[in-house]
Amino acid sequence: MSQPAPSKFIKGATGDWEVVIGMEIHAQVTSHAKLFSGASAEYGGAPNDHVSLVDAAMPGMLPVINEECVRQAVRTGLGLEAQINLRSIFDRKNYFYPDLPQGYQISQFKHPIVGEGTVIVDVSPSERITVGIERLHLEQDAGKSLHDLSATESHVDLNRSGVALMEIVSKPDMRSAEEARAYVSKLRTILRYIGSCDGNMEQGSLRADVNVSVRRPGEGLGTRCEIKNVNSIRFIGQAIEVEARRQIGILEDGGKIDQETRLFDPGKGETRSMRSKEEAHDYRYFPDPDLLPLEFDQAFVDALKAQLPELPDAKRARFIAEYGLPPYDAGVLVMERASADFFEQTAKGRDAKLAANWVINELFGRLNKEGLDVAQSPVSAAALGAIIDLISSDVISGKIAKDLFEIVWSEGGDPKDIVESRGLKQVTDTGAIEAAVDAVIAANPDKVEQAKAKPTMLGWFVGQVMKQTGGKANPQAVNDLLKQKLGV
Amino acid sequence: MSVDPAVVRRIAHLSRIAVEDKEVERLNGEINAILTFVETLSSVDVAGVEPIASVLPMQMKKRADVVTDGGIVDDILANAPVREDNYFVVPKVVE
Repeated sequence: MSQPAPSKFIKGATGDWEVVIGMEIHAQVTSHAKLFSGASAEYGGAPNDHVSLVDAAMPGMLPVINEECVRQAVRTGLGLEAQINLRSIFDRKNYFYPDLPQGYQISQFKHPIVGEGTVIVDVSPSERITVGIERLHLEQDAGKSLHDLSATESHVDLNRSGVALMEIVSKPDMRSAEEARAYVSKLRTILRYIGSCDGNMEQGSLRADVNVSVRRPGEGLGTRCEIKNVNSIRFIGQAIEVEARRQIGILEDGGKIDQETRLFDPGKGETRSMRSKEEAHDYRYFPDPDLLPLEFDQAFVDALKAQLPELPDAKRARFIAEYGLPPYDAGVLVMERASADFFEQTAKGRDAKLAANWVINELFGRLNKEGLDVAQSPVSAAALGAIIDLISSDVISGKIAKDLFEIVWSEGGDPKDIVESRGLKQVTDTGAIEAAVDAVIAANPDKVEQAKAKPTMLGWFVGQVMKQTGGKANPQAVNDLLKQKLGV
Repeated sequence: MSVDPAVVRRIAHLSRIAVEDKEVERLNGEINAILTFVETLSSVDVAGVEPIASVLPMQMKKRADVVTDGGIVDDILANAPVREDNYFVVPKVVE
């Protein structure tokens, strides 16, 4: 990552700039109960209903850690190829805010549960980068303040208070908005495979703080600004682009960057300073006297490792080796575990590349258009497999297969039966095709002359014959016959 | 280590404790007295000693991931000076 890549540079008025990005991702741990209390961690709920006396910080209440949250943090650390620390310590991060009843957040400062790791990120079909992970630690979420219910007051709901979060800190290894987006997307995929976070950005299960600085290529790190709480992958990209531009503008005008916390406003397409946050940076961390060090042995880690599912990188490599898929297709298929499973069911015992094409182009295309995910697909893996069988055995043409897919999508049913009952079978009978070819040739003497001079006209004839036969003629047979008859 | 009146004011502000100007001088003296007292500890040689996060020779207690608490909104809000629709209501705080 140390070698500057000119293709990523941003052109300024006075030359090239390199943007340097690091990220802190807050991922809500998938668990039933909160990190240190027995209240529900489920999203939503009536105000202050998912709150125990511990979460409300009543005097005398003591935190007791949820062992599932520990397991999830370790499993995530393993998924990030990271060092797992058998001993970690909880600290109090002190700050004052109405939705933080304790007056401190229980977090891990000097001794996190997970140390350094790596994430391999596919930025484009032809580019992979490695992003270093600095650490992952467990901490409590705060409550939620609502500022729009009254002009003069804020309303506080503590349902989120005490919910377990994993803060995943990257190294400043990203050099463009595109890389940052791809990193978050990959991290989200890994978390969802592991099942330690649902990755739902709309509900705030995954939130990003983005550190952005710029420098002249080859120089040391510039002063960074932290953009807080960006809540979609698209906004992360936009926030980085506008923030890098802002910093370059200041530097090129001879100014200097103030290290500060900023907020991205997607509506205005700008970042602005959150000055009030500056003073609060004095968090006065100290070890939480209510909690003993968190300790476990290597056997505990090994057992969790043995139970991890196949992770996206391994699955991608297997798809390439086992099914002969191009790396990009394999990468697209493993983005979601459910998609990968769907593909494998479809491809089983069939032409895997054909299956991959159908899953990626037809199925995903259609699902995206309708805003559905693969679990909601009206076309099952078995049905799609049956369609592919019909293509492979030359019963239907590729064009008819698309129509058939549409029918199965909107009406359901067994593809084989539909082909039978609606007469969609491909015409391979040469006599019938020949008749259609002859008819088209006879009706278009002028075009026949043109075709003799310009063989690319053949395509037009193929189209006409297909039209005549309702798309059911075998395209190869049509092609062969036309070539023969037109003498091209 | 010692504090000065500016640090006293800053700590008070971070803790949202209202400290009047006339109290600052007295608090400054008291805090410095405490710090001087604690300073005795720095005479101990701790070279090569691991910092301890706990003095109890036991493993941390853990709970199973089961919802056993909550649904006690009236208890939670019992001491709230102002409540509305089961929310705590506080003076407006907004970025």
